[in-house]
Amino acid sequence: MTVALLFVFGYPVVRLIMMSFQRTSKGQEVFVGLTNYMALFQDEVFIRAVRNNLTLVLNVPIMVAAALLLAIFLFERIRGWKIYQTTLFLPYLLPIVVVGLIFSYIFQLSGVLNEALIAIGLPQLALDWLGSPKLALWTIMFVIIWKEVGLGVVLFLARLMSVEEELFDAARIDGASWWRIQWHITIPQLSTVIEFFTVISVITMLSWVFNYVYVMTAGGPGNSTMVTELYVYLQGFRYNQMNLAAAASVLILVITGILIFVQFRLRERAGEEETFA
Amino acid sequence: MKPSDKLGRWVGRIVRQAVVILATLMSLFPVYFMVVSAFKTRGEYIANKWGLPTTPILDNFAIAFAGEKFLIRFANSTILTVGSVGISLIIACLAAYAFARMDFPGKRAIFNVLLSLMVVPPVVMLVPLFVSMVRLKLVNTYPGTILIYVGLLLPFSVYLMTNFFRTIPREIMEAAHIDGASSFGVFWRIMMPLSAPAVITLIVVNALWVWNELLIALVFMQKDELKTLMVGITALRSKHYVDIPVTMAGLFIATLPIVVLYMFGQKYFIRGLVSGAVK
Repeated sequence: MTVALLFVFGYPVVRLIMMSFQRTSKGQEVFVGLTNYMALFQDEVFIRAVRNNLTLVLNVPIMVAAALLLAIFLFERIRGWKIYQTTLFLPYLLPIVVVGLIFSYIFQLSGVLNEALIAIGLPQLALDWLGSPKLALWTIMFVIIWKEVGLGVVLFLARLMSVEEELFDAARIDGASWWRIQWHITIPQLSTVIEFFTVISVITMLSWVFNYVYVMTAGGPGNSTMVTELYVYLQGFRYNQMNLAAAASVLILVITGILIFVQFRLRERAGEEETFA
Repeated sequence: MKPSDKLGRWVGRIVRQAVVILATLMSLFPVYFMVVSAFKTRGEYIANKWGLPTTPILDNFAIAFAGEKFLIRFANSTILTVGSVGISLIIACLAAYAFARMDFPGKRAIFNVLLSLMVVPPVVMLVPLFVSMVRLKLVNTYPGTILIYVGLLLPFSVYLMTNFFRTIPREIMEAAHIDGASSFGVFWRIMMPLSAPAVITLIVVNALWVWNELLIALVFMQKDELKTLMVGITALRSKHYVDIPVTMAGLFIATLPIVVLYMFGQKYFIRGLVSGAVK
């Protein structure tokens, strides 16, 4: 197992860092210092990609809030909550590629959404959702939220189910309002799961959104939806700029590395009571 | 109880139900759209995008099956999924047994490294893995791509199995040892039969992941006859002329194995995700 892990994770990281400081010249790898990194920071497309990834992080608070609200409502055992749980989770399950393609037909200029908007008398809202550089990123953000909220709902609900009912009952008997119960009981009880979901989602927004962008816009129109992953893919496998792609990968690794460490500490803290046997 | 309280409670219930129903409709709409479109003719799709098909047809499925090497792509996805899920399962069970029930130097450190690898984005590994794979002549081969998937699946798999093995009481093992069973005997005759739920969880979660994966498949299976279903699907987008109902039928077929797998293992799937995240 260690061999497989080293092959897939260990050795590549070393290679990656070496490559990011090299350039190929006459078939030889030559050390060029920070040249690749300088080139990245001068590349408008890369800057755009980083900015877009950061914009995507704005999704996280929306996802946490929506998942929290839905999980609380389902936990209050509204009629049919089990069916709702299953259907709300469905998007998380579907392949991003399939979802992305379906949504690109929904959001087409002559797609089903715009037809509906025109039919209800709002033609001024029938926009080119994926074809306009101003809108495309926001449309993709909507699809990402649509797909990822279900995970939050399931995680939060699972945690809530294991909270002792008496806590809620006691608060209700004391006449606490709905808001006070959520604020003083539900959210503190969920805090570790909320932290976990938040960190995981930030990591997702920074480094797991390739599929969405590749399928729906391929970075366009005019690089307006470029993200760092797509940049690495294009530089490395379309334009044959492996060293530039390596440098960009190192930057992604550093940023997600910090987050992975945070996530790891949270996990450790959550498992503190459980001793490592 | 004051009448205003009663009214408030009633309004609260309605608001709750409305929010959840709205969210559910939004979750379902794209799936509904895909399914109904798959049964429409092109003419009907253009005239009637929202509604149910007036005269459902099955031709789209026949065309989708026949077109664009659909069956080959389907087979490729299946080979990669079965291969990588199977191999990672065997390795993960053996490793997890060691982590859960044996002592060896550096155990804790290795386990911690493993945990942090769970969320390393594959894109970071793409360039150096490609360079290595070219050198090993493993690009455009099933074993090469399966090897990468196995590596990416292992951290979560080992973590899940280790946690599960730890819940099996030591006394059972010790009793077997006293009766003269070897380490492997204990693993094979006692641990594995008790672990069926965890194994199912792992198979469902991992199979979904590999089936849906795009980036690795795109880079390491470039030859046309080796492309996976997901890679084949992305190619549809860039075409200027697309028969949307046929595409929808294709998407429907591509999604079906996942929905079936999920319905079969729903309980296990959710348990797997939750145990990976919450503990």
